[in-house]
Amino acid sequence: MAQRGIREYDGKRILAQNWKDYFGDDFVYDFKSVLITPETDLDKVPEEHPWVKETPLVAKPDMLFGKRGKLGLIFFKKEKPGDVTWEDAKEWIKQKMAEEVEINGVKGHLTHFLVEPFVPHDQSDEYYVAITTGEDEDIIYMSAHGGIEVEENWDKVVEVKIPITASDEEIKKIIEENVPADIKDKEKYAEFVYRLYKLFRDLHFAYLEINPLVMVGNKVYPLDFVGRLDDTAQFAVGKKWGNVEFPAGFGRDLSPEEKYIKEMDEKSGASLKLTILNPKGRIWTLVAGGGASVVYADTVADLGAVKELANYGEYSGNPSRTETREYVKTVFDLMTRERHPEGDKILIIGGAIANFTDVAKTFDGIIDAMKEYADKLKETGVKIYVRRGGPNYEVGLKRIKEAAEELGIPIEVYGPETHMTEIVRKAIDENKVA
Amino acid sequence: MSKPDYLLFDRDTKAIFWNLNRNAIQRMLDYDYVVGREPSVVAIVAPTSGRKFDKFFYGTKEIMIPIYKSTPEAAKDFPEADVLLNFASFRTAYDVTMEALDIPTIRTIAITAEGIPERFARNMRIRAKELGKWLIGPATVGGIAPGAFRIANTGGTIENIINSKLHRPGSVGLVTRSGGLFNELSNVIARNANGIAEGIAIGGDRYPGTDFLDHMLRYEKNPQVKMMVMLGEVGGELEYRVAEAIKEGKITKPVIAWCIGTISKHFGGEVQFGHAGAKAGAERETADAKNQALREAGAYVPKSFNELPELIRGVYEELHARGEIPDIKEPEVPPIPEDYAKAVKAGKVRRPTNFICTISDDRGEEATYCGVPISEVVEKGYSIADVIGLLWFKKKFPEWASNFIDMVLKVVADHGPAVSGAHNTKVTARAGKDLMSSIVTGILTIGPRFGGAIDGAAKYFKMAKEKGMSPDEFVAYMKNVEKIPIPGIGHRIKSTKNPDKRVELLKNYAKEHFPSTELLDYALEVEKVTTSKKENLILNVDGTIGVLLVDMFRALGYSDEEIDELINAGAFNAFFVLGRTIGFIGHYLDEKRLDMPLYRHPTDDILYNVQCEVEQQ
Repeated sequence: MAQRGIREYDGKRILAQNWKDYFGDDFVYDFKSVLITPETDLDKVPEEHPWVKETPLVAKPDMLFGKRGKLGLIFFKKEKPGDVTWEDAKEWIKQKMAEEVEINGVKGHLTHFLVEPFVPHDQSDEYYVAITTGEDEDIIYMSAHGGIEVEENWDKVVEVKIPITASDEEIKKIIEENVPADIKDKEKYAEFVYRLYKLFRDLHFAYLEINPLVMVGNKVYPLDFVGRLDDTAQFAVGKKWGNVEFPAGFGRDLSPEEKYIKEMDEKSGASLKLTILNPKGRIWTLVAGGGASVVYADTVADLGAVKELANYGEYSGNPSRTETREYVKTVFDLMTRERHPEGDKILIIGGAIANFTDVAKTFDGIIDAMKEYADKLKETGVKIYVRRGGPNYEVGLKRIKEAAEELGIPIEVYGPETHMTEIVRKAIDENKVA
Repeated sequence: MSKPDYLLFDRDTKAIFWNLNRNAIQRMLDYDYVVGREPSVVAIVAPTSGRKFDKFFYGTKEIMIPIYKSTPEAAKDFPEADVLLNFASFRTAYDVTMEALDIPTIRTIAITAEGIPERFARNMRIRAKELGKWLIGPATVGGIAPGAFRIANTGGTIENIINSKLHRPGSVGLVTRSGGLFNELSNVIARNANGIAEGIAIGGDRYPGTDFLDHMLRYEKNPQVKMMVMLGEVGGELEYRVAEAIKEGKITKPVIAWCIGTISKHFGGEVQFGHAGAKAGAERETADAKNQALREAGAYVPKSFNELPELIRGVYEELHARGEIPDIKEPEVPPIPEDYAKAVKAGKVRRPTNFICTISDDRGEEATYCGVPISEVVEKGYSIADVIGLLWFKKKFPEWASNFIDMVLKVVADHGPAVSGAHNTKVTARAGKDLMSSIVTGILTIGPRFGGAIDGAAKYFKMAKEKGMSPDEFVAYMKNVEKIPIPGIGHRIKSTKNPDKRVELLKNYAKEHFPSTELLDYALEVEKVTTSKKENLILNVDGTIGVLLVDMFRALGYSDEEIDELINAGAFNAFFVLGRTIGFIGHYLDEKRLDMPLYRHPTDDILYNVQCEVEQQ
């Protein structure tokens, strides 16, 4: 993987855990945040975090999506700002967890919430800072106008580029020289941004945004925090991150089959991916390799059959025969639940020319699954198109062809002499998929 | 070193390979052999390998490639090597690259590791640019200059290399992102044009060391390249640089381009297609937007991946018809000798073996003792005696026999520090020697006079019984013909009145559990004769074990001849050796604990009687 979003909670926790190393005592951050998940025993929270009973609170979902204020998902007032008690927050969270919500067109359930003290502050103390990465430089965005209006005030945001080879003195100088003029305590703000940037760089952040950033004297309140880490740096700075989670973000709930494959993938050294796009679709794919799987999906769409594309997925990295069998069975199970009103369903068993993978061996797992599902495949009406190349492909193609014919399942097989995606065109044309 | 700037590799290119990746190195040498050039890998860097060199095949011949502890050392000995193939893991690949960039003789570094942090990748990239050096990767299979140089595994098997015409230069410059579709594209180009002149996979990471344009600008200058094929991906903006360069006239040769990931527009951010780097952050980064930009810039862009071959064929045929692309005379390809291991697997060759093993097998998932997996030995509670049964006699002994063997081992395990074997062990240990040396002196003492009575008793009692000698006849025979005391008869202090408890236990056990104690019964008859002469001429523990082992094997179905073979092979003695080794180890450890000084035997314990017939000078 690479850049991955982290929860606001984890972002602030990482900030707090490394605070002394980067900010010393020159800045003060009183980290008070609780992450509430479906597993949290809400009645125990006040024991571990007594402050929830002592201060007015803010509660909000912590699931990577933004614009929570505009979505009405930041709970900070009943009648007036700052009158939310722990009991109120608890009830609100329970209620929000129970109802289905729609975020950016995706329906699902809210599961993770952040509860923090409500910080009353002056609008004029709200700043903005964000840091992101470019090719040869990092980019810092600074503004005296933080909060939800930052986008409307984007012209007031100062953008500075820090070359990745810059020395500490150079970094400091670039920041100091570019601090927006309307920031009250420019020196303090510059110092804070400089140190935050150092943390950003050392801890392999890919993106970091604090908005609003409230600064009162040397007290810092990062009221909202958005962060992405480069997860490949785990080996280098994992200790400084602590126990960080890389959630998938708000999305539709996984189907049991997708969950099953995901769990298998996590346990395996091989890569096994499955996403159901349209369970009633006619075209199902079993593709080896990440690049090839994209190309097959592209081609189905580019040839005008995207509505019938049932799934996206791939298997690669030398899965065992059992893993392949289980993966294929899952797809077979899904595709044989009902007949398609317009004709046979199509199964694309595709792949590019393998480097060193023994093609015949990988087909064994597919053949195993085919034997188990032969009756169902025939009942549903499934036609198979195969295309693959690489070591031992002739044997593999012969085996899968013979197995399908013996079972009475229609099949066409092709090797590297046929263009990789030609079977998609054939399948669409021959079966009049439109 | 005199190759033009636009070439990273030619037929003389020499490489240092970081990491002892035997398969990849062998594949490079196989390629070298097929294209008829000298071996391209001149040195290997493997800091943790204890070896000075490794052997590889070049054709049928074996060659030695030196192994170094560090890249600078290798580069110092091979200044002509201007390529480093960095096969270090994602943990070390960054340090290896940064170190190699500072070595003046190294110009090109290919980095294969996936999962190098982006900040490290950016540092490597900028450093390389500053120094005017070439990075390929990270996260790539590398690339190939057909007929000249192959990076590690690029191109797959030799069969595929020949089929995709990667063994001789064609006219097409290829750049892809990841290596997964590299073979596929080479194949398409070989089938629809005349093969590639050079191909680079820049890697799937967000910040590749060099990108599409860097290589396409080289192809532009390379007269061998007549057209280019680029396979981009959804995500990032690198493809726009190519579009710009075409527009600006920096690239004038025909470019056929396609960005994969057009599917993503149908499912938005909801579905992750391909790897994480291939995610469009903005409209500009979508495959469609990039395909459109390339099309507008003047590249040949198909409507779908499926039309790519036709498009390549069209451009190729046009250039060919215009005479810009000459015909290629296909070179002869020497066959690569098949690896012995592979040929064996395929059932193509055979060879007589030098050794035979019938007791254990370590080739499967788990080693077995006579067919029984070791885990089963543990799980099913096999005793040490059961293991001895499997490994010494290839049998699962019945419980009565296993229990007997167990008793035998316990009984012979030690006999105090004074007996010669234990004494030797102690003396050796005190001389400061190690475990092996010390116990071996004890074991080497075992023979006809020390511990050998088990064998002897078994042999002579068995012989006498088989020949039908009466106990009296046997005693007389031993005295008059063999002229030795009967092995297994006699004890220093034990006697009929003061019986040896160990012997009693063994006898009682056998009486109760053995199907038959024929030879023991015979030996006890002999004992009656000998003890009538002298009270301490009893059947001793060695004798009892010897005759009972004969009874045991006979009850297990062994014939007289088979039992003789066992005795002659030392199998009976083996019980004593194994058991007593426990004691020897004990004495050795005891000495180590006590840390006694070197032993020197007191002179007053030696009778000096030196009488030599040597004349004094």
